[in-house]
Amino acid sequence: MKKRGDRILLAHGGGGQLGDELIRHYILPKFKNDALAELADSAKLNLASGSVCFTTDSYVVKPLFFNGGDIGKLAVCGTINDLAVAGSVPVALSLSLIIEEGFEFELLEKILASVGEAARQNNVNIVTGDIKTVEAGAADKIFINTAGIGTRLAGVDLGFNRISVGDKIIINGTIGDHGMTIISQREGIKFQSMLKSDCASIAKLAQQLLGSSERVKFMRDPTRGGLAATLNEICRASGLSIEINEADIPINPTVQAAADMLGFDVLNIANEGKFVAIVSAGSADNCLNICKKNKLGKEAGIIGEVVETRDMPTVEITTKIGGKRIVQMPYGRELPRIC
Amino acid sequence: MLEKIYEAQSVMNAACETLGRQINIMEVCGTHTVSIFRNGIRSTLPGRIKLLSGPGCPVCITDQSYIDAVLALAERDDCLIATYGDMIRVPGKGGSLETKQSSANVKVVLSSEDALQLAKDNPEREIVFVAVGFETTAPATAVVVKEAAAEGIDNFCVLSGHKLVVPAMRALVSEKNHKIDGFLCPGHVSVIIGYGAFAEIVEDFGRPCVVAGFEPMQIIEGLSEICRQLAAGKPELKSIYSAVVTEQGNTTAQKIIAECFEAADGYWRGLGKIKESTLKLKDKYRQFDAFKRFNIAETSGGERNGCRCGEVLCGLIEPPECKLFAKSCTPQTPVGPCMVSSEGACSAWFKYNRRRLRNEKERR
Repeated sequence: MKKRGDRILLAHGGGGQLGDELIRHYILPKFKNDALAELADSAKLNLASGSVCFTTDSYVVKPLFFNGGDIGKLAVCGTINDLAVAGSVPVALSLSLIIEEGFEFELLEKILASVGEAARQNNVNIVTGDIKTVEAGAADKIFINTAGIGTRLAGVDLGFNRISVGDKIIINGTIGDHGMTIISQREGIKFQSMLKSDCASIAKLAQQLLGSSERVKFMRDPTRGGLAATLNEICRASGLSIEINEADIPINPTVQAAADMLGFDVLNIANEGKFVAIVSAGSADNCLNICKKNKLGKEAGIIGEVVETRDMPTVEITTKIGGKRIVQMPYGRELPRIC
Repeated sequence: MLEKIYEAQSVMNAACETLGRQINIMEVCGTHTVSIFRNGIRSTLPGRIKLLSGPGCPVCITDQSYIDAVLALAERDDCLIATYGDMIRVPGKGGSLETKQSSANVKVVLSSEDALQLAKDNPEREIVFVAVGFETTAPATAVVVKEAAAEGIDNFCVLSGHKLVVPAMRALVSEKNHKIDGFLCPGHVSVIIGYGAFAEIVEDFGRPCVVAGFEPMQIIEGLSEICRQLAAGKPELKSIYSAVVTEQGNTTAQKIIAECFEAADGYWRGLGKIKESTLKLKDKYRQFDAFKRFNIAETSGGERNGCRCGEVLCGLIEPPECKLFAKSCTPQTPVGPCMVSSEGACSAWFKYNRRRLRNEKERR
C-alpha cells in the first residue's frame, strides 16, 4: 500500500483521502465483521437479549507498551471487564483513537493488532470507531476510548443492595501487578523486568462464576485506586463494613518489594485482570474452587467478609502481626516517598 | 511471632505498673510512623503505651517559607523544579507543587542523580533540586553537588532544606513539661550518623534511645526495650538494628556531608527556629546554592498563628485542644506538620476520632 511517510499526519484525521486510506488499509483488515464493514454512521446490532449493559472507558496509559500488554490490549480488556463484572456477556465494542501528530505508524499497527487479538480472543467485535488527530503536544502519543455493550446474563442480579452481613469477599489473584509494572517501567526501576501486568479479560471466569448456581451478589474490578478503593466504594454504597485479613491477600513478593521501595501501599495499586466478588458465606468455598480451576483464578483467595457497621462504614484490615487499621479511600495518585 | 508480641506486651504492661502511669514514646522516623500505621501496631499495644509521632517526616517539618520559595521558582519558565514525590502535596501559601505541576515546570525525581541528569538534558533551563530530608538524603545531594562542580554543570542548583535529627530531638526534650519518656530512634538515619549520635540525648536528658528497624516485630521489640529500661530506671543507648547500624555510622557519607554542608540555624514547621538544625551549602559551593542564585531570603514562614504542633509532638496536648484543629487546619488545608503528614497525629485524629465523635453526636 501507499504510505505517506511513516508517521501520522494531522491530515489523517481530516476526513479526507488520507483518513480513508488509514481506515481501509490499517483498521478494517484487523477487525473484520459485518457491522463494521458497512462503515455506516452507526453500527446496527442484533442482540440476543433485550436487556444490555453499556459502559465506556478511556485509556491514556504511559508507557504504551509494558510487560504483559499494551494500550490496545488494555483498551479492550478493560472495557470487557467492566461489562463482565456487571453480569453481562460482552458483545461489541467501539474504538476511538486520538492520535498525536507524528506518532509512528509502526507503533499504531502494533497497538491495533493487540486490539484485534484481544477482541478475537474474547469473541467481541469492534463494530464502530473514530479517529482524530491532534497537533504535536496536544496529546501524549495516543489515547484510546472504547465503549462496550454486553447482553445481560439471565437470572443474574448483582447490586450493592444484595450485599449482607456475613458475605465473603473473594479476589481472583495477586494484587498490584499492573500498577507496579507501569510505575516501575516509568521510573526505570531495576527490577522492572521481574514485574508483569495482570492485564487480561476476566469475562470467561466471571461468566463461569455467575453461570453457576452459587450466590454471587456483587462484582467489581479493582482498577485505579486498587483494592482499597473498591472495598471503600462497596462500604459506602452498601452502608455495611468490611474486614479483611492481610495474610489472606495474594501478593507477588516482587510487587511487594517494589511497593515497599517506593513507599506505596499495595492495596492502593491498580489491577487490570482482577475482580472482587461478594458471595454468600455458604457459596464461598465453591466459588473459590471455580476460580482456582481457571488460569486467571489460580491464586484466588477469600480475603475477608462483610460485617455490621458500628459507627460508620469502614474497611478494616487485620495485619500479619494481628494489628488492626482502617483502610482508607486512596487520595487519587500514589507518590514515591523518601521518608 | 504472636508469642514474641505477648512477651513484649507483658514487658510494657509491667513497666506501666512499675511507673504507675502512662508511658509516652516518640518514634522519630517517618518510616517508623508509616510502618506503625500500616501494620496497626498501636492496636496491639497496651492502652497505657502512647506513641507520639515525632518530627520524622522531612517534608512535614519543612517550613512554609521554603515551600513558598519553591512555588515562586516553579512560576518561572526558565526553571525546572526537580523534587521528591513527598514534597508535591505539602502546602505553601498559594497552593502546593501538585497544582503547579500542570505548568510542566515541576518534575518528580527518585534520586538526586535524576535531578542532575535533568540539568544535563535541559541545558537551556535552570534545574532547581528541592533537596529535603535528613542525614539519609543529604549525602546523595552532596554527591551531585560535587559532580556538578567537577563537570562544570552550571544550570544546576540545590535549594537545601536538609535537616538534622538530633538537634530536633534536643529541642523537643528541652521544651518545658514535655512528656516524652523515650525515643525509638530512626534506623535509616542511624545507618549514616551511627547510633552513637544519640548518646547525648541519653546523657543530657536521661531518655532511653533505642534504634530499631522497620519490620513490625522490630518496632515492637524496640518499644518493649524502652519500657524495660524505664522500668529499671536505667536509660540506655541501644541498637537492636545491629546488623546494619554501627556506633560510628557510615563515615564516608559523613565526610561527604561535611565537605559540602555546614550546620546552620533553621526553621521547622510547627517547632520554630532550632539551633544548628539545618544543612547549608558551604561557601565553596555557593554557585550551586539556589538561595544565593535566586536571592531567596531564609526566613521563617511566620508565626503559625496559634499552631500547637510542638505541644502535640511533645505529648502535652491532644490535637482537638488546638484552636486551629478542624477549623483552619484540616488535611486539605494543613497548617502544622502533624496535619500535613497523612500519618501525623492531627491528621489521624481528624480522620478517625473526629468522625466518630460527630456520628455519636448525631445519634444522640
